[in-house]
Amino acid sequence: MAKLPIQFRLNGSDRATFVDPASNLLDTLRRGLGDFGPKYGCGQGTCGVCTVLVDGEPQLACLTLAVSCEGRQIETASGMADGPHLHPLQDAFMDHFAAQCGFCTPGMLTAARALLAKNPQPSREEVVEAISGNICRCTGYEPIIAAILAAASGTSVRRA
Amino acid sequence: MLELRKDLFADERDDNLNVVGKGVQRQDMPGHVTARTRFFDDHAFDGMLHLKVVRSPHHHARIRAIDTSAAERAPGVKRVLRGADVPVNKNTLLSLINFGKDDEPSLAVSKVSYKGEPVVAILADSEAQALAARKLVRIDYDPLPAVFDVEETLKPGAPVVNETYPGNYFEYHERFDHQKLRFGDVERGFAGADIVMEHRYQMSPIEHAPTETNGSIAAPEQNGRYVVHSCAQGLFFALGTTAKIVDVESNMLHFIGGTVGGGFGGKVDSLTEPLAVLGAMLTGRPVRFVLDREEEMLYGSPRGAERIYVKDGLMRDGRIVARHIRSYFDAGAYTRLSSYAAIKCTAHVPGPYWIPNVASDIYVSYTNRCPSTAMRGFGVTAVDFALEVQMDRLAEAASMDPMEFRILNAYRDGDMKPHRRAAKNTALVECVQVAAEKANWPLSEQAKRASSLLGGGAGDRAQIPATQLDARGQIGRPDTRSGPVTQVLPAGTSRIAPSKQPVMEGARDGRAAPTQVPRYEPQRPAAPPPPAYQPAPPPYQPGGSYSPPPAYQPASPPPAPPPPAAPAQPQHGAVRFSSVFGTRRR
Amino acid sequence: MARHEGRGMASVNYPIGMNLGGDPSQALIHSNPDGKFTVALSAIDLGQGMKQVSRQIAAETLGVPVEDVYVDTADSDTGPHDMGSFASRGTHRMGNAIIVAAREARGVLLEAAAEELEVNAADLVTDGRGNIHVRGAPSRSITVKATAQAAQFKQGKTIAGRGIFLIPLSAVDAETGEMNPNTAFAHACLVADVAVDDETGEVEVLRMTSAYELGRVINPRMVEQQLVGGAWMGISHALYETPEPYYPNPEHGPRDFNEYLMPGPGDIAPYHVTVLERPAPDGPFGGKGPGEMCANPVLPAIANAVYNAVGVRVDELPITPEKILRAIRANGGVKPGPRRGGPVNWR
Repeated sequence: MAKLPIQFRLNGSDRATFVDPASNLLDTLRRGLGDFGPKYGCGQGTCGVCTVLVDGEPQLACLTLAVSCEGRQIETASGMADGPHLHPLQDAFMDHFAAQCGFCTPGMLTAARALLAKNPQPSREEVVEAISGNICRCTGYEPIIAAILAAASGTSVRRA
Repeated sequence: MLELRKDLFADERDDNLNVVGKGVQRQDMPGHVTARTRFFDDHAFDGMLHLKVVRSPHHHARIRAIDTSAAERAPGVKRVLRGADVPVNKNTLLSLINFGKDDEPSLAVSKVSYKGEPVVAILADSEAQALAARKLVRIDYDPLPAVFDVEETLKPGAPVVNETYPGNYFEYHERFDHQKLRFGDVERGFAGADIVMEHRYQMSPIEHAPTETNGSIAAPEQNGRYVVHSCAQGLFFALGTTAKIVDVESNMLHFIGGTVGGGFGGKVDSLTEPLAVLGAMLTGRPVRFVLDREEEMLYGSPRGAERIYVKDGLMRDGRIVARHIRSYFDAGAYTRLSSYAAIKCTAHVPGPYWIPNVASDIYVSYTNRCPSTAMRGFGVTAVDFALEVQMDRLAEAASMDPMEFRILNAYRDGDMKPHRRAAKNTALVECVQVAAEKANWPLSEQAKRASSLLGGGAGDRAQIPATQLDARGQIGRPDTRSGPVTQVLPAGTSRIAPSKQPVMEGARDGRAAPTQVPRYEPQRPAAPPPPAYQPAPPPYQPGGSYSPPPAYQPASPPPAPPPPAAPAQPQHGAVRFSSVFGTRRR
Repeated sequence: MARHEGRGMASVNYPIGMNLGGDPSQALIHSNPDGKFTVALSAIDLGQGMKQVSRQIAAETLGVPVEDVYVDTADSDTGPHDMGSFASRGTHRMGNAIIVAAREARGVLLEAAAEELEVNAADLVTDGRGNIHVRGAPSRSITVKATAQAAQFKQGKTIAGRGIFLIPLSAVDAETGEMNPNTAFAHACLVADVAVDDETGEVEVLRMTSAYELGRVINPRMVEQQLVGGAWMGISHALYETPEPYYPNPEHGPRDFNEYLMPGPGDIAPYHVTVLERPAPDGPFGGKGPGEMCANPVLPAIANAVYNAVGVRVDELPITPEKILRAIRANGGVKPGPRRGGPVNWR
């Protein structure tokens, strides 16, 4: 099958590659462009570990055709930090020990980032709703919810 | 919310450490939040092949013929593997410690014993090509009757699931179809009890469901070696298993892992590493073998089901006087680790309670389902469910509060456990008291005054009772599953030499004088050791004013405890499971 | 329709490490010329925190700041043998191996410092902040960095250590089951408050209150991670999960996360844990290990709470709405048990 050229901005940089028409964005990011931030967890859009932002909207990269991203802005957890400065959500996840194995963390951070971009002061229920498509098998979710609420309120303080 | 109760057991602890006990940040957290943490699949290799396996659609079937010719000609396919391509196509995981017989192929050859069993492996340039070629493999099956129930499978005439164990049970000690625990006389205990109660409990299988599915990437490395990026929970366990199956020396393999996206026991089985390495050896290309979510869920080996019968003899005052447990582990089609779990379960019986008469019979049953494996709490989680629901029933039968009932029957320091070792360092009573207090669950003054340090080991509680033995359940003799008592072991009889109990710095067993501390200094040649190598071990000295509490520097060790009673049977010298169970791998 | 509240409890213990022993762990530690230490292992971090636990135990034993220790795991070319991360063995077994290795490295460190300070090594102490000084005389001191540099470039000493920890394998008696199983046991008691809907059969866990005795807590934040996450898994095991909902009938199983049910972030229950520390005589600084047992008491506590709420026993896990409704029907309706205690003493 002939490969198609594709260009988009990934975490602020112009990137270009060739993809199969059937390739999903997850494989393109990971295998094509070397961004291993989004993970494979199910390939069916049920676990959220591949969550990325496409033009600011949270999308499941495993269900997104790469060719549909032509010319768009893709943001992943790999690009959340501003150089050495962590995003407030990243700080809050650290403060709240909101990761154990860390496999769901990039998708979880991305889902939370999309929420706070639209709704800087979410309620607990809104946080729960925003991450309800992201499965975490380690933490029991409570520290993740607490971290997102702390990031939103700007109260994240290193407890350690 | 976590609260530390530093006041409890304070005299057994020195809370003066520098960094142990502090909630400092995890070393791996910066990597997790920046997505820089690298898991096994986060490695790029040029020219990587993708491996997919063809799985049995039948629970149990003979394989009449396998035709891979169309798959081999399919676009992108570089190699097709069958059982004959696997150098050592029969293994059991615990063969690495010489426990059990090899019983499981990497790729089935003449028969499949569970739905989802791998039969053929396909290596192709892309995942899509491997999946497409998978559909072209033709396997001619002759379905066989299947058995799914852990008790039905033990009956004479049941379909043989696993030819290595033709009775459909794991064989213990080359003698019995189950592992026994015998302590005292449970029948007499039941006969003398006010209330006898038996109930059946069951745990269904459970999937580990780590967010990262099982997988590995194997690639040729320089010098003819192979690098393997692995999600294994035991790096050398996976390396050893792979080396055996692909028949190479261990130093041909370079395993890299240690950072795993959740395991919970589901990444102990080396599900992918052997075939990935074999594929890399046969093609000279990097090979990625990753389970998709459906494979992980259906064939990634679950926590095994268990069926547990608990029978108790209870006095009206709330004392449990006898407990018998009969339990069946559902191993699925192959042993994996279930044989080990049954032993661990045996050691756990009867739960954290002192009961004068205890017996258990733990079976590992083979059924035509995906082999089960370890999961968080392996050998204990299901029996704890059974025991603690049973305890709730017993408390009600004795008209007692459940908390008070636990405290009454709780084991305490010095109590003899049914596996014939005294309990020490116990704290069940205190956990019950603290949980009751926080939950605002009222306890009697007597229950509040109870202590793990008090009342244990008194009188009979420290003794090994006279014990009824039997020869029930001999291998290949289902007719012997009931039978008379064959022997009464006199009270106090011990047959297994006690292990040397290591004691580490920084802890002591509160009630006694400071425990004698084997230093665990590195082995040194017999020549006089350089004295500077023996500085006072690290009692941390924050500033000059601090002086360490006595526990850290036991000035005068207590006299050595009297030597234990000599075992009735001498122990084998070899430290191997084969010496434990007498089942050597083939 | 009515919601019935109930309260149940369970108490458990848990063995730490492979049951019969025979499961060695090794560790190697060395310093670079600036006094920064690397711990080389083949232990596995599945999220439970193996790397950080190893780091804290190494730093404590060496007597250096935790930032000056890095744990490198797992590479079979550099990390020596370890059985693996399972059976709640990581902290206990590997922790002890690390102590042995760190003691040897500390011995050389102090010997090198003694040579520089021209004192007896036995008189030296570390301050945990990167300095070594004569006991009782803080002014007679040298930094760990200067010591390491002297050892490497002047004295020709390797500040390094090797450690192994092994509880010898126990035999098991065929007839009595006598054996030497684990030497360290952790303990727990957990209270679950639930509400059962007698029309839908659904169980909501309202809150849980527990006490865990875990030996020495190496890192309380990580203990909290394990216990909170494990309790969530306990709820999930008790009420939701199985790939064979009609076991032993193998049919009707879920194939993916749409069908395999687990509590989501909206289904979690407030949870309070109190941790007790009775150090294990053979544990690293008395540590045991909470990794596996944290789900165990939740299952029976919820089952017992359901019984207290509606008077039915569901003895087959998971406790699904279908099983509860069938049991209530078979039992001739809801039969609530006695109320136990009052509102919890937390939050």
